[in-house]
This record gives sequence, structure tokens and C-alpha cells, in this order.
Amino acid sequence: MPADPRLKLVASTPAPQGGGGQPPAPHEPALYARREPVCPSKIDGRFRRFKWAIMAFCLAVYWGTPWLRWDRGPWAPHQAVLIDLAHRRFYMFGIEIWPHEFYFVAGLLIMAGVGLFLVTSAVGRAWCGYACPQTVWTDLFQHVDRLIDGDRNAQLALDRAPWGARKTAKRLAKWAVFLGISFATGGAWIFYFADAPTLQREFWTGAAPGVAYACVAVLTFTTFWLGGFMREQVCVYMCPWPRIQSAMLDEKSLIVTYKDWRGEPRGSLKQAKRLPGAIGDCIDCKQCVAVCPTGIDIREGAQIGCITCGLCIDACDRVMGQVGRDRGLIDYCTLDDAEVERKGGAPKPLIKAIFRPRTLVYLGMWSAIGAALLFMLGERTRLDLSVARDRNPEFVQLSNGAVRDGFTIKLRNMEDRPRETVLSLEGLPDGAIYTDEMDASAAKPALRFTVPADTTQRLRVYAVVPGHAARPQPFAFHLAAAARPGEKPAEDRVKTEFSAPAAP
Amino acid sequence: MADKRIDEPTGVETVGHEWDGIEELNTPLPRWWLWTFYATIVFAVGYVVVYPAIPGRHAATAGTAGWTSRGALAKDLKAADAARAQTRAAIAATPVEKLADNPQLLRAAIEGGAAAFKQNCVQCHGSGAAGSKGYPNLNDDDWLWGGDIATIHQTLEHGIRYPGDEQTRSSQMPAFGRDGILTPAQVQDVVSHVRVISGQEKASASSTRGAQVFADNCSVCHGANGEGNRTVGAPRLNDKIWLYGGDRATLTETVTYARQGVMPAWGQRLDPVTVKMLAAYVHSRGGGEALPAAPAAAAPAPVPATR
Repeated sequence: MPADPRLKLVASTPAPQGGGGQPPAPHEPALYARREPVCPSKIDGRFRRFKWAIMAFCLAVYWGTPWLRWDRGPWAPHQAVLIDLAHRRFYMFGIEIWPHEFYFVAGLLIMAGVGLFLVTSAVGRAWCGYACPQTVWTDLFQHVDRLIDGDRNAQLALDRAPWGARKTAKRLAKWAVFLGISFATGGAWIFYFADAPTLQREFWTGAAPGVAYACVAVLTFTTFWLGGFMREQVCVYMCPWPRIQSAMLDEKSLIVTYKDWRGEPRGSLKQAKRLPGAIGDCIDCKQCVAVCPTGIDIREGAQIGCITCGLCIDACDRVMGQVGRDRGLIDYCTLDDAEVERKGGAPKPLIKAIFRPRTLVYLGMWSAIGAALLFMLGERTRLDLSVARDRNPEFVQLSNGAVRDGFTIKLRNMEDRPRETVLSLEGLPDGAIYTDEMDASAAKPALRFTVPADTTQRLRVYAVVPGHAARPQPFAFHLAAAARPGEKPAEDRVKTEFSAPAAP
Repeated sequence: MADKRIDEPTGVETVGHEWDGIEELNTPLPRWWLWTFYATIVFAVGYVVVYPAIPGRHAATAGTAGWTSRGALAKDLKAADAARAQTRAAIAATPVEKLADNPQLLRAAIEGGAAAFKQNCVQCHGSGAAGSKGYPNLNDDDWLWGGDIATIHQTLEHGIRYPGDEQTRSSQMPAFGRDGILTPAQVQDVVSHVRVISGQEKASASSTRGAQVFADNCSVCHGANGEGNRTVGAPRLNDKIWLYGGDRATLTETVTYARQGVMPAWGQRLDPVTVKMLAAYVHSRGGGEALPAAPAAAAPAPVPATR
């Protein structure tokens, strides 16, 4: 072992071996690892094209959605997808979600969770490889790298080059483009939370709320930093999902597999010619490493850095085509199938790896939750009554012997039109109601209210029962709204209690 | 010691430490992680300088930004006041009996009154405004001095028998028993009569005698049939509601010693807007008088908070 001057630091500790000479130099491990630059080269192929398509779709959805319009009549906003936090409404095309219906959103989140299980069990880390925002934006930024700095070798050379006018100019140009993309990314986010055209105008004239600017600033920075610089470090060190994946992948999961039984031992074409039969199909051209967006060598086997995007498959297929060997030296393959192939069995079609009991169970769960949500969506009423009984005082004795209870009542009209409603008593003989906006003498068994569109109407309602009938008893408030011709009339009913002095 | 080697199953170098056969793989942290760690230290130092941080014997260091939790609260309260200023100005400019013309303003006044009630009134009238012995229930339809909003406002502003306010509501029931105006027997007779007109007893010889005593001594304020008189705050006696109690013992005590309830003149303690809001709240508790027959209820204004 070489003598190292740094070892003086440890020399003061007694050396276990005697001898009086130089203590043996222990290996000094590096505590921190520098990030190796990842400069994937350009590639074309079926998975690259698929990745292009997914990327275009994801970005189009992200940037385009807030600008879709949806006519909801004069009472509600006209943005197709709008999370209206200020007014506590969530609009998604024809669906409007109120805060008390948040379980629909919870249901969607559960579906998203089960959906990830489903996707993982069917196609492995497809989310990581194609649809994860970190992947999509890293991909986008790597294209910018190639556009400004050139392909892999030019990028690596520039990275090693000392800082000079040319490198500074290139870096500044690239970072400016990064910043532009990041700003567009961070900027688009806020349009999901307010009317997009209005907010856009306000944003540029400085009239938008401070939180909009802060949100754009934060998301611009995170996109710039995570997409422009951190890239695969996010997948390898920060993201919990690869760890969860490790637990969810099994021997039947699709992973990108280097078929070492076919490729090893590696050797160049010349070696293969010299030693026919002794050299495998891998010509060790390292193209699979060169195109990898996370900078790994897939030939070392499945690893946490592999997002299974399939670009190495494209690279290898191209090379195999050039040297006249079969494609698929690197391919999507399950561990089980790899064992079969290693023993000389025929490769199984991918479809068999996708449709298997575990996948079908996940698919069943996912569909069942979806169907249940759709059913609930179809069945939900858009007219709602809620009743809170006064507890202090529980009842009020009136001068003529009658007893009065107070209620706080909310009439919820969740439709985008005003509704004529009738609030009435059920099962309270001789009872009558009035509100705090009308005289007690005008109390009636039923009252009319016009509830404006998309509104909750809060009312103070007093129910009076004459002395001879006043006793503790259950009853119900009933709310009905006139329907359009041909519609089933909307109604709601809430059971409650009438409080009164106990009979002597 | 220190025997670095490549670990067979993982292909990773060991750090060379070994404890009873357990070795550590060399998995270096990314360098940027270290910088992140340094950044948190820099942030912490900055935080300690800018914000109160280091505890001392009596107080923590003040920090250069001058932030205090008390100051933050004061700022929030000021912002809340500013947010309410417009509504308060509108209430100030509206006579209390005209509040009902603007349902939204009335609603705001009722909410504000409910809050002020919890601070100033619950000590006597109870958190549900249901009162207790000697302190009127504000939910019912029995009013000593009147139950329309302007009268309630007047009562609130000037109080009842409150010294130092010239417009305070004032009246004095004689202590019929203690001052010898009535004999104890006459007191019992008039109590019998009051219990008869309030439907608690059947007519008797005592109540018949009491009717005469009532007509001679009480009807001037309480009315010939015990219907009360709001101009002097004389309670109605022929109903089911009793401020102090309608049983014989309590009534005897009332007639013998009289009752002199006092309420502060809130106009001296609270600002005019709060007094107005309190009037609106009390008036809305269900017993309020002189309300329209079916007004705003036909199309109530939307609640502002939920649009």
C-alpha cells in the first residue's frame, strides 16, 4: 500500500501490529462523492419515439388544461379544470365538487395509488421511465443540452474545459433557456387555481395576488434546479418511489434486462472473428451507457438508478442491426423469463408478463373504486339541507305557554341556477317555523326560500309548538325544490329532536 | 485492520472496518448533500440573527427584524379591524331601526353582536342569552321595556336604573311588605291573586281579597289584568314567564321587598357601533318584535362567506 501523508492523522492511534516501522496505511474512503456528469447522447428508436409521444402528451396536458373552457352558465366560472380555493369549489369539466364532497378527491387519490401499483405490477417502473415529471422535464432539459452544447462528446469536453469566454457564453445561453422553460413551468401552475386569461393579464400588469408571484418564483426555481442540475440525483437520492419500487417489483415484473447469457463474454467484432464461438453478442461499444439519462451501465443488472426508459434498448438494437445480430440483447424482460431464456427456452411474449393474476387483481380494485366513484357521482343530490339544533338554551318558554326551539339551518343549492325551495316540518303537530328576519306572528308550517345559484343559505329558524303539544319529540325538516319539467324533484330530509320541558 | 476489498454480492468497495465479521460498504454521500447541510447551517445562523432565538434570563435575544409574537398578533388584529372598517362605518351611518332594510348589513350586525355579547353580556344573561333568576331571558317574547330593535337599543345604551346616566330606564316598585304598605296577610292575598291570573292557582277567598288589594296598589303599574306596562318596565304578570320566580315564596319575597334590577349603560362602555350590533343580535334571538311578516325570508341575501 502506498504511504500517504494524510495518514499522519491516524498515526497517533496505536498501531495494532508492532514492529516500530510505518503503521500500515489503511484505505482512506472518500466520504462524499462528486456527481459524475451525465451527458446522454442522441438516440432514435421505438422507445425513444414512445418517450417523445408521452412527453408531448404530458406537457400538452400540463400547459394546455387551464386554457380549456367549459360553459357552466352565468353562475359559475367557465374554466374546464379549476381548483377554486378561494370559493372552495373544484371544477372538472361537467363535475363540480364542494368541500363536503372531498371524498371524491380522496377516491381519486386512492385510485392514483392503486393505479401506481397496477402500473408497477404490469410494466414495472414505467412511471419512472416515461411519465414522472422529473423524468419528463429532465428529458426536456437534456434536449436543450444537446441543442446548445452539442452531443455527448461535445458536452463532456465542454464540461472538462476551463472557464473561458466560449464556455461562459454557452453556459449562460443554456441556463437562460433552462430558466425560460422553468418559468413557463412554474407560471403554468397558478392557472389551475384561478381564471387563466384573467390571471395571465393580472400577472403581467402586476395586479395578481402576491401568492401567485411567490408560487411562480418557487416553482421556477425548483424546476430550474431539479431539472437543470439535480436530474438523476433526484431519482437516486431524493425520491422515495424507487425504494417503494424495490419492494413492489417481483420476479414477474418487467425490467430492462441485459441478457448476459447471450452477451458475455464481451468482445469486439475482431475478437469474435478470431475466436468464433467464444465471444458473446455484446461488442462492448458502451452505447447503452452513452444514451442512459441516469448514467448507469445496465449490464451490471437491475439497479435503483434504472428508470426503465428503454433508451439503452434502442441504442443496443441499433448497434445489433449494424453488426448484423438479432435485436434484444438488452430488452424488457422479467426475472422469471430471463431464467427460462438463460436455459435456452423461447422468449415469452410481453403480453403474458402484463396480464397475470396480480395485475388483474389490481386492475379489478382500481376499476371497482372508479365505478363506485362514478356511481356516487351519478347519485349525488345537488340540494342539501343541514340542521344544527341550539343547545344553549335547548328550548325557550314563551309567555303564552308555547315552547320554541332554535335551529341553524343551511340550505345548499349546488346547481348553477337559483332554486325555489320549500322548507317544512314533518311530524311536529301544530308546529310552525319562522326566521330571525320575520315576525314571530307570521310563523307557518312551511316557508319558501329562493336559494341563489351555487350557494349555501344560512338561516336562523325558530320552531314553535303550542303549550298543549309541547313535549320532547323527534321530527324532521324537509326541503324540496321545484324541478324543471321532466326532472325528478330534488329533496332532502334531516331528522332532529324537538326539545321541551319534560311532561310533569 | 483496514483491509479494503470489493464486496462480492454488491460489487461495492468496503471501507475497511470490520467488527466481528461485519463490514461497512463504502457508500459515499453525494457532495451536494454536504452543501445542502452547510446551507441549513447558514440559514440557522441567519435565523438566529434576524429572529428572537437565544433564551436569556429574562428574555430571548430580540433579533434584528424586531419580530415578536405580540407584534404579529397586533398586526393581525389591526388587519382584521381594517377589514371590518367598511361594515362598521355602514352600521354607524344606519339608524338602528333601518338596519333591517339592508339584510346583508343586518346579518353582519347580528354576527358582530353575537361576538360582542360573548364578551360583555354572558356574565349575567348567559352564553345562550337564556338569562337566569333576576337576569332576563333574551330569547323569549316577554320584554320588560319593549322588544322592538330601537327600544332594545335604548335599553342597551342607557342601561336600567344605572346611576350616572340621565336617560337610564328607571322605575321603583315599592317594598310593600317591608315598608308597611300592606300587611303580611294582604301580601299573601295579592300573591294568591297574581297566581290566579297567571294560571297557576284556582280562585280562592284569598285571591278574591287579593284582587282588591291588586286593584288598589298594583294595577297602576302592572295594569288592571296584570298585563304589565312597558313604559315603567312593569312586568306582565298574567303569563308563564317569571324573572325571579312565580312560586308563592318568591312572589311573597318580591312583593315584600320589591325588585330593583340594574343593567349598566353600555353606551358609556362600548362604542356606538357595538351597541347597535348588540341590539341587532338580541333582537334576532327569536323574541324580537315589529319585524316584517315575511320579508327578506322570501329571498334572503347570500351569506358573504360562502358566496
